Amino acid sequence: MIDKEQVLHVAGLARLRLSEEEVETMVGELSGILEHVDRIGSLDLEGVEPTSHVVVLQNVLRADEPRPSWPRDVVLSQAPEPQDGAFRVPSPQAE
Amino acid sequence: MAELEAVIGLEIHVQLATRTKMFCGCELSFGDEPNVHTCPVCLAHPGVLPVPNEQAIRYALQIGLALECEIAPHSIFHRKNYFYPDSPKAYQISQYDIPIASNGRLGEIRIHRAHLEEDAAKMIHVGSSGRIHGSGASLVDFNRGGTPLVEIVTEPDLRGAAEAAEWARLLRETVRQLGVSDVNMEEGSLRVDANVSVRPAGSEQLGTKTELKNMNSFRFLQRGMEAELARQRELIEAGGAVTQETLHFDPASGALTPLRSKEEAHDYRYFPEPDLVPLAPTEEMLREAREALPELPAARIERYQAELGLAPDVALTLASDPETADYFESTLAAADGAEPKVVANWVTGELAAALRQAEVEGGASGSRVTPESLAALIALVQDKKVSHGSGKTVLAALVAEGGDPAAIVEREGLAQMSDSSELEAIVEKAMADNAAAVEQIRSGNQKAIGALVGAVMRETKGRADGGEVSRLIRERL
Amino acid sequence: MTDLLDLTALEAREALASGAVSADEYFAAWAAAAAGDELNAYLWRARPGAPGCAGQGDGPLAGMPVAVKDIFCTEGIETTAGSRILEGYRPPYTATAVQRLTDAGVRLLGKTNMDEFAMGSSNENSAYGPVLNPWDRERVPGGSSGGSAAVVAGRLAPWAIGTDTGGSIRQPAAFCGIVGLKPTYGAISRYGMIAFASSLDQCGPLTRTVSDAALLLGILQGRDACDSTSVGLEGGVSLPDREDLSGLRFGVPAELARDAVDAGVRGVFERTLARIEELGGEVAEVSLPSAEHGISAYYVIAPAEASSNLARYDGVRYGMRQGGDGDLIEMYETTRSEGFGAEVKRRIMLGTYALSSGYYEAYYGQAQKVRTRIAQDFDGAFAEVDFVVTPTAPSVAFELGEKADDPLAMYMNDFFTVPMSLAGIPAISIPAGLAEPEGGGPRLPVGFQIAAPAFAEQRLLDAAHALEQEIGFDREHRPLIPWLQGGGDG
Ligand SMILES: [Mg+2]
Ligand SMILES: [Zn+2]
Repeated sequence: MIDKEQVLHVAGLARLRLSEEEVETMVGELSGILEHVDRIGSLDLEGVEPTSHVVVLQNVLRADEPRPSWPRDVVLSQAPEPQDGAFRVPSPQAE
Repeated sequence: MAELEAVIGLEIHVQLATRTKMFCGCELSFGDEPNVHTCPVCLAHPGVLPVPNEQAIRYALQIGLALECEIAPHSIFHRKNYFYPDSPKAYQISQYDIPIASNGRLGEIRIHRAHLEEDAAKMIHVGSSGRIHGSGASLVDFNRGGTPLVEIVTEPDLRGAAEAAEWARLLRETVRQLGVSDVNMEEGSLRVDANVSVRPAGSEQLGTKTELKNMNSFRFLQRGMEAELARQRELIEAGGAVTQETLHFDPASGALTPLRSKEEAHDYRYFPEPDLVPLAPTEEMLREAREALPELPAARIERYQAELGLAPDVALTLASDPETADYFESTLAAADGAEPKVVANWVTGELAAALRQAEVEGGASGSRVTPESLAALIALVQDKKVSHGSGKTVLAALVAEGGDPAAIVEREGLAQMSDSSELEAIVEKAMADNAAAVEQIRSGNQKAIGALVGAVMRETKGRADGGEVSRLIRERL
Repeated sequence: MTDLLDLTALEAREALASGAVSADEYFAAWAAAAAGDELNAYLWRARPGAPGCAGQGDGPLAGMPVAVKDIFCTEGIETTAGSRILEGYRPPYTATAVQRLTDAGVRLLGKTNMDEFAMGSSNENSAYGPVLNPWDRERVPGGSSGGSAAVVAGRLAPWAIGTDTGGSIRQPAAFCGIVGLKPTYGAISRYGMIAFASSLDQCGPLTRTVSDAALLLGILQGRDACDSTSVGLEGGVSLPDREDLSGLRFGVPAELARDAVDAGVRGVFERTLARIEELGGEVAEVSLPSAEHGISAYYVIAPAEASSNLARYDGVRYGMRQGGDGDLIEMYETTRSEGFGAEVKRRIMLGTYALSSGYYEAYYGQAQKVRTRIAQDFDGAFAEVDFVVTPTAPSVAFELGEKADDPLAMYMNDFFTVPMSLAGIPAISIPAGLAEPEGGGPRLPVGFQIAAPAFAEQRLLDAAHALEQEIGFDREHRPLIPWLQGGGDG
């Protein structure tokens, strides 16, 4: 179903760090779920339109009219590490 | 080994000049204090939802039509998933398998697609701060985040750095004349990435390409592509192979350095954005977009060459400046019978020079010289009522004070000399005063006639017709 | 004072309107009850007079308190969605659904506990501890809106709102013996409702009676300019008054019926079908051939959307941050690994895998086609019948920990509720009676699910009301509630 390599690759994509035992249980649990899910793989759905949405609307748009932005102190009040009116993050260049 | 030909395709991101962001009502801005144009939506707070900006859709339709694209009757947004601090939702809302516009062209270059998306935020790298093993940090400013973008992707139809840069200028001018973007490369409202590869001349399949980023002027764009083409040619001629990568161009050093990828494996896991419904441009939207299109540079250039027989460079000069082009056309209309070439030369040549001379801002259309008066002046010169030299004098006067050329000619006494007895007297005096020159001519040095003509012109203050003067001199040899 | 808590919301509104009871007296009674929460059902409770609980003086629901699932953003009031990663998060704005309630005069009584990011069917996935079922504290209240169901059944709130993605309103309503309605997708704005699976999430009421549900739905529903996918309910919602079911056809899906359902649940279900006929309704068999694949499609689509919706919890702009001394990726991974619970990680992994290159078509693409088939199945069924009916869940409330380490068994709880979610149609669960658990023990509530075509909420509420009057569950049964004298029959 899904092996350890795949689990680690997917965890990387999802920015999750899994402990050794988490990886083990994940391999087992995901494989079990996927085994069930794989039943739909055998269905013949040639030519069936995929449904990504049940609503039948289209062109729901917003007029290009400005409304006040949020006060900066309000948006920064939730920031883990505000600095100089901005959101500080560890450098992506760091190694 | 066959000579290696360049194969270049461009990806151009155009920031749309709407008032608000793509999916929220925050105002667009440039150079403001960080994070003063944000809200829960563009900061991706829990529970928020995007609502598309109608004006951005209309602008995208104009760009699509200007690039002669097919407009998708029904297009949708996707989510492009990747983790990076400049992407608050950790996905960019963009168009994927069904872009709003595709299969167009600008000039000779085919447009693969033009699609709508949202811009990322700005990150400023700041120095280290005694962190354990951090080499410093970045500050994120979300003012720019969510700015509407149209991404234009060409087919790999460009065959050289210079050609690519010139085409990019034409595209910029085209978008500028649509009035849908500031297209300012320095400020980043126009961003050009280049996909560059080489292949043996005549070969059909494409070589391995590299992607060049961060060329924030047309000069750097061309220099970057030239540098990369040279690098690839050397590599291959030395028996090496190009590796596909993204290169960052450093204008200062001219160096190209590989960029670290934002999401390893670049698995963006695109899927249809469930928070948005499909776009289906209505007849009314399409009609409005079509009606909003001005005559664009490419079309003007074609018309000027085909219908008016102008030289390519003159046509380009005029088309790149719609105001002057319109001025040229009204002058041509006023100057009945005048050669389009001649009128174009007066507008792009003599008039442009006179305006530069007088340091007049705002071009021909903004000057005191009306198309009618310029047309009248051109007529005077063509009918030999004024010499070409005096014509320039009149033009200088028109630039300074405007008015009617004929009146200026009258006032300044610049009318070409018609009384030939008077002219003959002046010619004979000049020959008498310059016996030496006369001798030289007789002994076969035709150039010497210039001295005599010059003397006559001085005497007549340029009012004499040069051709007539030399004819009279020869008569008398 | 305690009999105030026995009034249905509709009765209370009349008492308030007539002046028989004062809004402050009524709110104080509920605030006192909420303060005595022994079910771990509340994550935040309003102190009378405290910011957040003040509703406008007038409006159709003036003075009515409401409990709100902690998945709805409430300006300045901590909103966690049951997750550690949002601990201490105070939203700068209020969800449209909550705003519509407060604009109608409602007062916020409290924020209710829930499975983390609405992922669960037992409420055991809350980072803040499980909610206990008021009927039997050894058992789960269902999920993910378990807190909202428990406060209504346990008389800790007159009514509540929750969210339903694959059954998260209907199943806990069934487990707690109350009414739970999942409206048509698009009936109520999702703006400010923390996203789990955007194409499935829908807000809805959890109440003691169908009339209360109608009353709340009438205020909640409506097109919202902040939600491109919201439509509202044309013509609004009026209080149901239908007393019989004559001329109405109820379809029992053969495919779903044949699947494993506990004997007790099946017994109550059969009896309810008989009641439908006694009320003049007609019971017929219908076919939903693809419905049995609902779970498979759902457990691809919902995790896929969730993996993207939950990517924004990255420690940059709000919420928890861990590992900020390392480089960016270390910060991301530490924050998310410590901030998310096991089930959320499992779903993020599942969804990321289903969308990753090479697997998209086999999983996400195929699941979307199954979704189309299921919607077509319902179209076909509704051509023959007015409603489709099933048990809401295959069993009564199970014991805490019983299914904790078997994800698939847990997912099977949604077997009867997921197809309606995938089709986007409205479905209501009403308490239909009591039944013994498989393992024996005191009898527990059983839910009866009625589904209707999209936007047919009024017809659905009318029919559910008629059936509810015939069953009389709310009059006859109620959980043993120590702080109410009398108490139920257990
Ligand atoms: Mg792009
Ligand atoms: Zn904003």
